[in-house]
Amino acid sequence: MRVLKYLLQKEFLQIFRNKSMLPIIFVMPILQLCVLSFAATYDMKNTNLYIVDKDLSSHSRELISKFNGSPFFTVKEIGFSVEEAEKEIYKDKIDAILVFNDDFGKSVDLKKGASVQVLINAINASSAGLYNAYISSVIQDYNRKVSASIREVGTGVPVHFVQSSYLHQFNPEMKYIPYMLPGLLVLLVTVIGLFLSAMNVVREKEIGTIEQINVTPIRKSQFLLAKLIPFLIIGFFELGIGLSIAAFLFKIPFLGSVWLVYLVAFVYLIAILGFGLLISTQTNTQQQAMFIAWFFMVIFLLMSGLFTPVESMPEWGQTLNILNPIAYFIKVIRMILLKGSGFFDIVDEIAILTLFAVSVVSIAVNRYRKVA
Amino acid sequence: MNKDVKVIKVKNLCKKFGDFTANNNLSFEVSKGEIFGFLGANGAGKTTAIKILCGLSYPTSGEISVAGFDVYKQREQLKRNIGYMSQKFSLYEDLTVFENIRFYGGIYGLSKEVIHRKADDLLKKLDLQHARNKRISSLPLGWKQKLAFSVAIFHNPEIVFLDEPTGGVDPVTRRQFWDLIYEAARGGITIFVTTHYMDEAEYCDRVSIMVDGKIEALDTPAKLKEDFNAGDMDQVFLALARTATNVE
Repeated sequence: MRVLKYLLQKEFLQIFRNKSMLPIIFVMPILQLCVLSFAATYDMKNTNLYIVDKDLSSHSRELISKFNGSPFFTVKEIGFSVEEAEKEIYKDKIDAILVFNDDFGKSVDLKKGASVQVLINAINASSAGLYNAYISSVIQDYNRKVSASIREVGTGVPVHFVQSSYLHQFNPEMKYIPYMLPGLLVLLVTVIGLFLSAMNVVREKEIGTIEQINVTPIRKSQFLLAKLIPFLIIGFFELGIGLSIAAFLFKIPFLGSVWLVYLVAFVYLIAILGFGLLISTQTNTQQQAMFIAWFFMVIFLLMSGLFTPVESMPEWGQTLNILNPIAYFIKVIRMILLKGSGFFDIVDEIAILTLFAVSVVSIAVNRYRKVA
Repeated sequence: MNKDVKVIKVKNLCKKFGDFTANNNLSFEVSKGEIFGFLGANGAGKTTAIKILCGLSYPTSGEISVAGFDVYKQREQLKRNIGYMSQKFSLYEDLTVFENIRFYGGIYGLSKEVIHRKADDLLKKLDLQHARNKRISSLPLGWKQKLAFSVAIFHNPEIVFLDEPTGGVDPVTRRQFWDLIYEAARGGITIFVTTHYMDEAEYCDRVSIMVDGKIEALDTPAKLKEDFNAGDMDQVFLALARTATNVE
């Protein structure tokens, strides 16, 4: 234990003396969290519309005004030619085109059923889906009004329509930030933890001090534990900053227990740091360590469900995710913070992460060679 | 020096890397308190041998015991009883002089009081009290090397291995460094040192000269000069090293 104390003392001194590391550890996460939370949004606020109105009837204008009045749409231009409108799509100035043919107003008046053509720029399939849904809902709304007025006039036949209402549980306003921010927090502690640990042991190899360590009777487990503990504390610290930002700046409701988040983070960080140390013991230069860490980071991250739902990945992808620690933590932190899940709801994930942590640290200790 | 007590015993040490034989059948013994010079051109296999003796590398074959411990089975006890100063610089540049001393003292299990007392004595002896709280990176090379040596023997090991400890420093500092070595040897610490400087070879009690992974000569500097009919160690070394094929 005394040896561990001296090792830890040395690690902390070195971390806090590294002038280029300190900003990375303390400033970068805060900046990233604030910037990413605001910037990487799926919320649709501003869809640029081009409207081709060949009808110019009161009906088409009424529908156009509905789009104009919506906060989600900006009617960029109203024209008469679909070709002109398409040119704007090519220039990426326009997200969708609405086409009213010249019989639109007449068809509404004659109650024949009128149609509006919608052309959407679908380069980004998920935002195209959103445009479609929003545009449809505006048109639906208009539809209802027209139907109702038809009934009012009283044709003798009551028009029935089913109105469904939704309640989005746990994130009633379908806000993006409460959903994304917990995931981004996971991303941050992972990046910091994985990279710091992956670069650390190999740095001593590069400088040459590792030889001096290897001729001492320090045990391998002591040495790696002394590398792991400081980063675990830094990870906790960052998580604390992140959760504070989430609570006080973004006002995210914490339905579950923060202690439970910390419990999961404890196991999770040991797994990630152990993995970083494993990389570090197996490489000879910081550059190698960096690339390997980056390789795994990108794969873990893109498959983690941070940006795209895990459920929509192909079967094999979901199967691979069994080995993805980031996926577990993102899932669990969202469950705890947004749904208020308790310990027993996430006990499986905790068990798996614990298994990861134990095995990866054992492998790292085993693979670290004091003797060449 | 106590010639009856052998602290390093090497018999038929071989180390191969694939087809390349770095150490070919080395056999020698070193007595307690002896200053043993381990000479050879670059690539002759000195560092390989020293790493095996320190427990940093496995030998391919041979019987080797250091400080009474077997290099195969008792590596951790062995490590407790040796000090090592490598070619590559071994102190932490971003820590201060005292922090380095405290760290190495601590991991060898010295108590806080002992560390403080010995650190004070050491800094006084090296005349480095003023540098106690300076970072290693700010010190001149000669000071760093003296300090690295002192740290390597801080826990009173039986043997200290020095792998080219004086590379790149001026003659005055080298002379001071050797004063430290003599002092340690008088205190009973066995010194196992590799060097390129033939004047340093003269300071050793005994010298071995390696060529192409083999020990070609092993004796006192005086005897070697006599055997090779040479005026100084330089000539002895050149006579032997010219036969080498492995030179970098």
